[in-house]
Amino acid sequence: MELRAYIIRRLLLLIPVLFGVTLFIFGITMFFTPGQRATLYVSAPQQMRDLPAVIEQYGLDRPFIMQYGTWIGQVFRGNLGWSTVVSMPVANAILHYLPATLELALLATPLIIMIGIFFGTRAASHKDKPLDHGTRVVAILGWSLPTFWLGLLLMMVFYGYFRGLFPPGRLSIPYEVAVNSAPFIRYTRINTLDAILNLNGPVLVDALRHLVMPVITISTVNVAFIMRLMRSSMLESLGKGYILTARAKGLDERIVIGKHARRNALIPVITVSGYLFAALAGGAVITETIFSFKGIGWWASQSALRLDIPSVLGFALFMAILFVLVNLVVDILYTRVDPRVRLGGAVQ
Amino acid sequence: MSNWKFMVRQLVKNPLSLAGLIIITIFIIIAIFAPLIAPTPQGARDAYLIPRDGYFATPQPPSDEHVFGTTEGQYDIFYGCIWGTRSAFRVALVVMAVAVLIGLALGSLAGYFGGILDEVIMRITDIFLAFPALILAMAIVAAIGPSLRSVMIALCVVWWPSYARLIRGDILALREEDYVEASRGLGASSARVITRHVLPNAIYPSLIMASLDIGAVVLSAAALSFLGLGSPEGYADWGQMTQFARNWMVGPPGEPFKYWYAVVTPGAFILFFVLGWNLLGDAFRDIFDPRLARR
Repeated sequence: MELRAYIIRRLLLLIPVLFGVTLFIFGITMFFTPGQRATLYVSAPQQMRDLPAVIEQYGLDRPFIMQYGTWIGQVFRGNLGWSTVVSMPVANAILHYLPATLELALLATPLIIMIGIFFGTRAASHKDKPLDHGTRVVAILGWSLPTFWLGLLLMMVFYGYFRGLFPPGRLSIPYEVAVNSAPFIRYTRINTLDAILNLNGPVLVDALRHLVMPVITISTVNVAFIMRLMRSSMLESLGKGYILTARAKGLDERIVIGKHARRNALIPVITVSGYLFAALAGGAVITETIFSFKGIGWWASQSALRLDIPSVLGFALFMAILFVLVNLVVDILYTRVDPRVRLGGAVQ
Repeated sequence: MSNWKFMVRQLVKNPLSLAGLIIITIFIIIAIFAPLIAPTPQGARDAYLIPRDGYFATPQPPSDEHVFGTTEGQYDIFYGCIWGTRSAFRVALVVMAVAVLIGLALGSLAGYFGGILDEVIMRITDIFLAFPALILAMAIVAAIGPSLRSVMIALCVVWWPSYARLIRGDILALREEDYVEASRGLGASSARVITRHVLPNAIYPSLIMASLDIGAVVLSAAALSFLGLGSPEGYADWGQMTQFARNWMVGPPGEPFKYWYAVVTPGAFILFFVLGWNLLGDAFRDIFDPRLARR
């Protein structure tokens, strides 16, 4: 029962956050003149003389609070507005582009966490040995790589040299057609998952081939973070008294490391992993752009570039909800990893 | 100062930080002597504009005249990479300095005075930190018009909140220290207590974070340039030069790596620049963080 009350309380806290975020973004947009904001709705220079009509129609010159009020009123009626950049309602755009991003995030996050924890633990238990230095160099190198450049290099090799072994995009055209026609049911719009649910091997293989480069890119530039965190957390944990006790009583070193030290060292890693997932699920803008893997990050960046304010606000709402939910899950996970932690209270 | 001697000795002792030091020194030399390494052609309007050799679309391989080759539109890659070093330093140092200063000011106000001021400042940082920085920066640049200056402004706007938070946390802890209490008891003003007693002790974590962040700032600026939001076409800027290569990553059939020089060279400059700072930042953290040093 304690858990349910806790969850409800945290979800109620979401309301002020959502108001704050949207009010803030709305406030930023007010720095632009109504004319600048109206240009979103025109596509040809000839239409420029229609700008006053557009400003009038969308009420772009009304006071800030009234414009915000109108928008919020519509949101309460379930209408997030129209996303001009992709010509569909904002809510539909989020549902349309989210699965691609989720597919990337769901594959990359566990990979990053597993590699990070594995090498982070090794680095700590081999502190100042070649393995420690080696992982440190690789981590810093990966962390220094420009995402877009890594993407271009991967394409040079896997798309150019290996003749389209791993292509960009989400699906090749024949499979794109197959996925959108009769016997194939798009349960989730996450291609790999749908392929498994439809028991369609070829689609699964094709979807995975398209995922290889984006997942490698995201993992390479993010793994350093988890690895270094795991290392320092592990070092801290290895310095604790109970490790000395465990070793003194002659426990096998593998158990000391794996059970006593690592379990305690995982706690900060869980928090950061939560943020990592939230950040990736909010879209990997550059990766999605480079590989034409059109997800929510791509949509949000296009909206930001064209000052498509309803879309940016919709995206902001989505991100705020995502972060609050991820935080909640992380806090609940704490209690599972560390029995000393109580929900809504300090460590006892 | 013995502190400086200690720091330099530590940096030189560790091969990784020594490598970082050497890389950054090389880039500093390149930036200072750019006019000698890649002389600006006679009659150029602006030294930062890359000279072009015609308007032919296809990139040309390295030759005697263009040692690194040319991009699409015949911009000289060597010239762009050399002068791009200056752009990179400018972006990195300006953004870092402004972000740290804003963060210091707001963070110390929030931490020292607490109460409503603290609540307001911290909720503002929450909002900034909850929204993806790159997308926020893109919106800001799109709004004020693409240019290198806009990129710097946008990055300052998205970067200060993490410093404000860090400083605030440290000040909350320091505020209760005896020497702060003593200074207050002696009748020192709040401004004096903050600037003389609290900040000097709270600033190190921020400086470490700043040294670790410079690489990330350069990467973000390059990413924005790559998306076409940075400097005007032809300006010496590594991110933009990588963007020129985007159509040429795959060569004609049978020669997949034909245009490698257009893709690899500008990106390698970004990589090494960022790598240098990250190696240094990593070492700074080990030196200054006493919690880590004890291990």
